[in-house]
Amino acid sequence: MSASIKATGIDVVIDGQPILAGIDIDIRAGQLLALVGPNGAGKSTLLSVLSGDVKPTNGVVEIGGRDIRTVRHLELARLRSVLTQENQVSFPFTVAEVVEMGRSPWARTGSRDDDERAIADAIGATDVSHLVARRYTSLSGGEKARVSLARVLAQSTPVVFLDEPTAALDLRHQEEVMSTAAALARAGRAVVVVVHDLSLAAAYADRVALVAAGRLESVGTPAEVFTAERVERVYGLPVDVVSQNERPVILPVRGPSST
Amino acid sequence: MTRVARGIALSISLTVALIAAILLSSVVGQLPITPAEIVGSVLRALGIQNGWAPTDPIVESTIWIVRFPRIVMGLAVGAALAVAGAVMQAIFGNPLAEPGVVGVSSGAALGAAAAIVFGGTLGITAALGSWGIAVCAFAGGLLATLVVYFVSRANGRTEVVTLLLTGIAINAFAGAGLAFLLFMGDTASREQITFWQLGSLNGSLWREVAIVAPITVLGTIAAIVLGKRYDLLALGERNARHLGVNVEALRIGSIVLVALLTGVAVAFCGIIAFVGLVVPHVIRMIIGPSHRPLLVASAVGGAALLTFADLVARTIVPGADLPIGMLTSLIGGPFFFYLLYRQRKRSGGWA
Repeated sequence: MSASIKATGIDVVIDGQPILAGIDIDIRAGQLLALVGPNGAGKSTLLSVLSGDVKPTNGVVEIGGRDIRTVRHLELARLRSVLTQENQVSFPFTVAEVVEMGRSPWARTGSRDDDERAIADAIGATDVSHLVARRYTSLSGGEKARVSLARVLAQSTPVVFLDEPTAALDLRHQEEVMSTAAALARAGRAVVVVVHDLSLAAAYADRVALVAAGRLESVGTPAEVFTAERVERVYGLPVDVVSQNERPVILPVRGPSST
Repeated sequence: MTRVARGIALSISLTVALIAAILLSSVVGQLPITPAEIVGSVLRALGIQNGWAPTDPIVESTIWIVRFPRIVMGLAVGAALAVAGAVMQAIFGNPLAEPGVVGVSSGAALGAAAAIVFGGTLGITAALGSWGIAVCAFAGGLLATLVVYFVSRANGRTEVVTLLLTGIAINAFAGAGLAFLLFMGDTASREQITFWQLGSLNGSLWREVAIVAPITVLGTIAAIVLGKRYDLLALGERNARHLGVNVEALRIGSIVLVALLTGVAVAFCGIIAFVGLVVPHVIRMIIGPSHRPLLVASAVGGAALLTFADLVARTIVPGADLPIGMLTSLIGGPFFFYLLYRQRKRSGGWA
């Protein structure tokens, strides 16, 4: 079940524009890695490279010791799952049908029980059991995001990529999604999450990778990466870093309200 | 009612509709034939001697040379067009994609017309015989599908506006091409081209059915085999790829499939629009969008619908055989307006 991903010397150049340069990173089983960085820093591109969607201009991505480009579509779908930011469904499939689609790479491999258990677990973990009979197209943005996450979890892969899974979610569901991701990592999977909320990343991640202007600025534990000086330099905004349960909480320095 | 119960109800009604369509079409016409004579004649053809079989050779030849090939052609073409529509909607991720609307049918008609006018000079007729028109219709349809596909796709999604505008452009181009060929061709070619533009099952022959029916059956089976992948494609191309679908191969294979099914239908019966739009849409409303049942039901529903439509086309005006393409467009056009109106109202825009 363990399949780590190792990327070395990744450069991505699109239309002559360097998007990523000289990135080395490894994703380990049993760890939650948070990818953070300013808008346009290249987080999503890095995620696409690691998941095998985008071919890097230079460099190699290995999954379980094999070059990811040599792994066939279906086999790759049993090794890694990806939650993308775009989750529209073209036809009015029900939520149950959408979650079940996550099992399709495993068709004719295991018993029907495996499928049912994976689907039930995924639906439970994402708090969507009350939606199963609804049509996906009739859901709100946050509900769609959680159902899509359930589909990705049902895929039951050793490596899980989540691209901004908390973007459309309210406070409670943000926390729930991150703790679900952390639980997956504790269960032995390698989990990569792109998040914008630095405190959220710091609260749940085992490791944080800070991407800035196409380069890997820093990788390490949340406490190592999130120093006030570094966050200020990368984001161009003065911040205070305080500590809650030994996890950093990053707060922008705001003046007294001027009313 | 659950989707399963609706599915069973739909299967029963479609089967009844199909049998009714076949029986009615065999019985009704300028020469009335009794249902007993039909059954008797079929049994005799199967080697079972019986008392119902018609004794009049005119009745016998009307059944076997005029009615039956036309009915089987209607069934095959209806199924082919409905399946082509459903497949096209699956790969475009859009319920408004349809071979007639986006110009695949007129592309195929242009190919067929070119074969009629220039086939002799270019040696196509000599090389391919009766398959020449079919092959050219397929080529025209394929070209049109490729153009629509690559022009109207952006970031793995199809914009409705771009899709329909591309359709307008292709229909306009193919229409002009057909007009040019009308101008160039001799009287016989002109008559044939007009027939292609309007669409008709009149004068269907067994040797034509022998080309259309096998391609329809194989194409439908191929589409049903790909059904699960079409479901995943509804999640968007990237997500489908993440679930192990080879999207590029599926796309190209499906484009060829649509062109094949549409091309073979157009090659022998001309442009019959909107069947691929109306049938999958109504079935999706009843049993949901899951593609395997959708494709099976669309094939049966398309077959039944076109057989009924052809019955109406040849009986509604006494002594005249109306072009069936005109009839389907008369009904399908307003239906298309209704779909556009609904989509616009629901999503507040066109995208």
